[in-house]
Amino acid sequence: MRDTGARSSFSVAFRINGREVELDVPAHALLLDVLRDRLGLKGAKRSCDIQVCGACTVLVDGAPVSACTYLAVEADGCQLTTVEGLAEGERLDPLQEAFVECGAVQCGFCTAGMLMAGTALLAEEPTPSPERVAEYLRGNLCRCTGYRKVVDAIVACGRRGEGRE
Amino acid sequence: MLRPFVLHRPETLAEAAGLLSEHRGEVALYAGGTELLVLLKEGLLRVPRLIDVKRVAGLGLIHAEDGSVLIGATVQHRAVEHSVLLRATCPLVANAARHVANPRVRSVGTVGGNLAFADPHSDFATLFLALDASVRLWGPRGPRELPLADFIRGAYETAREEDEILTAVRLHPWPAGTVATYVKFGIHERPTLGVAVALTLDPGRRVLEARIAVGCVGPRPQRIAAAEGLAGGRPLAEVLADADTVAWTAAAAVAPVDDLHGSAEYKREMTRVFVRRALGVVGARAERQESHARYRRAVVV
Repeated sequence: MRDTGARSSFSVAFRINGREVELDVPAHALLLDVLRDRLGLKGAKRSCDIQVCGACTVLVDGAPVSACTYLAVEADGCQLTTVEGLAEGERLDPLQEAFVECGAVQCGFCTAGMLMAGTALLAEEPTPSPERVAEYLRGNLCRCTGYRKVVDAIVACGRRGEGRE
Repeated sequence: MLRPFVLHRPETLAEAAGLLSEHRGEVALYAGGTELLVLLKEGLLRVPRLIDVKRVAGLGLIHAEDGSVLIGATVQHRAVEHSVLLRATCPLVANAARHVANPRVRSVGTVGGNLAFADPHSDFATLFLALDASVRLWGPRGPRELPLADFIRGAYETAREEDEILTAVRLHPWPAGTVATYVKFGIHERPTLGVAVALTLDPGRRVLEARIAVGCVGPRPQRIAAAEGLAGGRPLAEVLADADTVAWTAAAAVAPVDDLHGSAEYKREMTRVFVRRALGVVGARAERQESHARYRRAVVV
């Protein structure tokens, strides 16, 4: 039988937050561990570890994924964005600005995931309704706030992008 | 943390099947990983090898065939949501995909994985039953196709043999004149209950055929033949007026079990409530009106 690509470790190359990265990862390495322990990107958090809480949300080719349940080898050749990639230097991106203005942060543990989920939604649907935002965020848990301000911030950012506010 | 494993990346079905046979008992098929990686992390499953089937040619396509629609096993939920073909032929499936789990699961989770894992709380399994779905399997003894109802044997249990690969699910789009809805309800990540109702109407508004499927309340989703029989062959107005009876019949026919989502008794009652509501939604759609009813903790597709 020909080689079917069996490996216990892989060389991967991806672009993350605009930076090219190349590294060797074991087949069983989770993207979250590679981000936090190898690349020093601590924005994505490990929380539920079973893909229901959203604290580890990052974007792979624009699509939101749970880095806690995603093999790092899958990121090979992809464009990744983590919360660290949103701001340009000291300048926050529009969604981060909206979070600040709306006070959509309390302890902050879920915030990186909320921002990445919001970013993914706004890229696909630039002016989502509050109902759509609430529904989209079903998989992002916050244990401090009532979600209201997070929803407000994402809706406001969408409207602002359209010049409606 | 995951225990170390070897990852195989075959590019043809023959290679994948060869690996499955060669490493029988110590290997798992891997696509999106949304279920599998959690099992491995929790230690509920221990295998030293995974076979990634995402590179296997042909498994990632959605295409039409003889009036039916085939969704390849590695097609992600997100691709179902955006599929032009499904939007045209089975719009309810595309719309339901938009509400499965959460956006991260939809990005990576696959249709084949969803069905092969056979979690009782699956939206697609329930909805697909109402589309007379069948699944295609491929193995050393050749390909075979069997009805989804026979494929899903129980909670986390399917008719797939250890050396077989699920390659696609085939859906049979409803005839013109069909009005339908999928309603799901629940407070957890996965639905507590899913109800699919599709009524095919003739120009005189008689129900030619009724399809009613209920899922998540028991070990496997089921079509409710007794309730379908009550609705079929009668004028729509009469069926709607008699929605309570249809709903009672469905509630009596399901085989609910106790779990974290609620007691069997509660699920039977919710079956009654939501079959009745789903009939109401379908009735409104038959009048070309969107039902504006909003039910707490429920999604109306």
